[in-house]
Amino acid sequence: MRPWVRSAAWSAAIAALLAVVVVGSAAIGPVRIPPETVLKSVLNALAVPAGIETSAGGVGPLPIPGVGPLTLPGVDLAFASPFAFPVDSVHQQIVVGVRLPRILLAALVGFALAAAGTVMQGFFRNPMADPSIIGVSSGAAVGAVAFIVFPVALSTTVALPLVGSVEVSLSRGAGTSLFAFVGALVAAFGVYAIATRNGRTPVATLLLAGVAVQTFLGAVVSYLQLQAGESLRQIVAWLMGHLSGAAWSEVAVTAAVVPPLFLLLLAYARDLNVLLLGEEEARGLGIAVERTKRVLLAASALVTAAGVAFAGVIGFVGLIVPHMLRLVVGPDHRVLLPSAALAGGTFLVAADTVARSAAAEYPVGVITAAVGAPFFVYLLVTREVTEL
Amino acid sequence: MSADRSADPDAKDTEAADAEATEVGAKEAGEAAVARDHDDRAPLPDTALSFGDAPLLSAADVAVSFGDLDVVSGVDLRVEPGSLVGLVGPNGAGKTTVLRAVTGAVEPDAGSVEIGGDPASSLSAKAVGRRVASVPQATNLAFDFRVRHVVEMGRTPHLGRFDAHGVEDDEAVDAAMAAADVERFADRSITAVSGGERQRVLLARALAQAAPLLLLDEPTASLDVNHAVETLELVREFVEDGDRGAIAAIHDLDAAARYCDEVVVLANGGVQAAGPPESVLSASTVGAAFDAEAFVGRDSATGTPAVTAFPHSDVESRRVHVIGSGRPAARVVARLAAAGHEPSVGVVPAGDAAAGATADAGATAVTAPPFEEPSPETLAAARGLAADADATLAVGTAEGDLANTDGHTNGDGHVTADGPVTADGPNAEVAAAADRVVPVAPDVSGPELLDAVATATADGE
Repeated sequence: MRPWVRSAAWSAAIAALLAVVVVGSAAIGPVRIPPETVLKSVLNALAVPAGIETSAGGVGPLPIPGVGPLTLPGVDLAFASPFAFPVDSVHQQIVVGVRLPRILLAALVGFALAAAGTVMQGFFRNPMADPSIIGVSSGAAVGAVAFIVFPVALSTTVALPLVGSVEVSLSRGAGTSLFAFVGALVAAFGVYAIATRNGRTPVATLLLAGVAVQTFLGAVVSYLQLQAGESLRQIVAWLMGHLSGAAWSEVAVTAAVVPPLFLLLLAYARDLNVLLLGEEEARGLGIAVERTKRVLLAASALVTAAGVAFAGVIGFVGLIVPHMLRLVVGPDHRVLLPSAALAGGTFLVAADTVARSAAAEYPVGVITAAVGAPFFVYLLVTREVTEL
Repeated sequence: MSADRSADPDAKDTEAADAEATEVGAKEAGEAAVARDHDDRAPLPDTALSFGDAPLLSAADVAVSFGDLDVVSGVDLRVEPGSLVGLVGPNGAGKTTVLRAVTGAVEPDAGSVEIGGDPASSLSAKAVGRRVASVPQATNLAFDFRVRHVVEMGRTPHLGRFDAHGVEDDEAVDAAMAAADVERFADRSITAVSGGERQRVLLARALAQAAPLLLLDEPTASLDVNHAVETLELVREFVEDGDRGAIAAIHDLDAAARYCDEVVVLANGGVQAAGPPESVLSASTVGAAFDAEAFVGRDSATGTPAVTAFPHSDVESRRVHVIGSGRPAARVVARLAAAGHEPSVGVVPAGDAAAGATADAGATAVTAPPFEEPSPETLAAARGLAADADATLAVGTAEGDLANTDGHTNGDGHVTADGPVTADGPNAEVAAAADRVVPVAPDVSGPELLDAVATATADGE
């Protein structure tokens, strides 16, 4: 079968599984909601652009808190909901306002981490590689923890050229996310800069530079924790990975960043296959190796940063999910990358459902490791794995 | 298919069949006996690019160093369309490094590399990939891709980022897999095939790349005799198309002599010699390049130069006359020549193995027509050589050369005496002309032989 056909088939199958898990997850919680009610609520909340109104500053229907309506200069895009199923408004609010943003954020973060993990394992030709290998997670941790300990600049005025001075205010959560995102990118770029000489970035150097930077940033996080005092609990929660209190705005930002970058990575799937042969052979086969490496590194760093910025450091997904899928669909990245990404989303939604259904809510990172590791061991012992 | 190739498919097939006919014996071994119908052999993947008469590869004064270590310098290479260039030299001479400099994997410190008439540095990675296909010594693909998929990777330089494999790509992959004989395990994982099979997969990948210049790094290193020959025949078929060429690092000098149009000897940081194998593969060049004592004879099956290396002996050069014939005498002459002695032989029948070896060594052989008494002039010439020699060796061999040794022969006719030898027949006269004749057993070992010469010449002084 053609690789892209296989890819589409596997993706469709896993996407269907993801949809089932999402609906199931939205049904589970302190208030049990039948799956069909979940579906109806989701359909009710759907909004499609229904026309353009020229009246300025109109308030359209508020289909998705935090996203709509889209206000364009002079024109408003009006939304209309095509469905109007009779659904209990409390159920509608629980599904659409509370559970769905959290579930979708989990799906996006899992998708992002598994995609980046797949790319990193291929890139480094190393089965132990994961999205944090180039310092992204530790950079995010330093950024987030620093902001939690020293919550500077919650509100400030920034002078922008052209626009003039703009009042910028950050909620505590948004500030943590922003600092985590920036910290992740700074760390990744630092690792890249350390490992690059004369325009060449040897993978082995990159790996070791990543280890060194992670170790150093780990020390910084430990130091900040010692200085944390009251906010230590908050830090620990962030470091363990969490999805509670997810808002539609966070979903929107992640959704804006992750899918386009994923498509970029997917466009490089064949190059990633050839890179597995080693850089020299890849060059012989017409791959512009250094440029390809830069693209792959930058895209996976951004994807990972977008993932960890809102959810904190969720381990395991980016390491194990690609392995699981490699065992199932094979090593061809054209098939593996979309399958692993969708499976990562599915896995994290399921794990987060478990995390929030327990008597006391657990950090989802604990669940991913506790559930995923035994399953991975099961795969290892039931399928003969000679090489990774 | 290019126009000129599709024009005479029959000629190609006949050629392939002819080449095959000589190898029927070799093909019977083991699982390799799986029949490949060579009359139906798929043509090699078409090479779309052609550079006309421009050299496929032209490297001038290339120098490469790793840090402070100068690997090679002043290397000139040229691969013309239709030719296979062999890169030979001792381990560490920089054969692989030179090949890597051609692909741009290492950047030369100095010199220029032109591929198809354009400077390699001006070409994009993709453009180089369309012009040059490499067969590395090994691949370290750890993930378990299927063999077919690995061969498909050869099409990478022909595909845009969003192109799917087309019919043309499939055809090239199929043809390459058929040519390299890897179809049998096309669906096996690359991690589950043997080293030799893996090497053929890499060859198939390079063929699928359909570039006019093929770069091979020890393409036969881990292949069995059958597949080694098949591989080199395939490379010959590839270059004989006319517009294509190949350069191969080959450690097997005999294979280089047999298959290459030109041989470049790389040693001591540079090119020691370059040219047709007949002229380049001389005992002195090979001896100097490999730091060994070498004898260059003729392969009895192919007639191409056959290089035999011996360990160092560090003997003083002597004139040594050899009485004896056949393979034992030939062996003695070869060893003497390799050690730096100046051998001569006679009288031997014309066409004798010993006469051949002496000719290969560039030394004098006195021959007489077979089954005839040598003429007085011939005998005189042989007597003269024996008289002038520092030592004369009598190789105990076929009857007629050395029959009686005054009761000093053992049961199987080998000479065991250490006194002067008298022999019946014409060579008795030759032996009589020498100051001293040293008997040598036909299965004498190299060191024994050289010791015997040293002893004989020391006694004579």
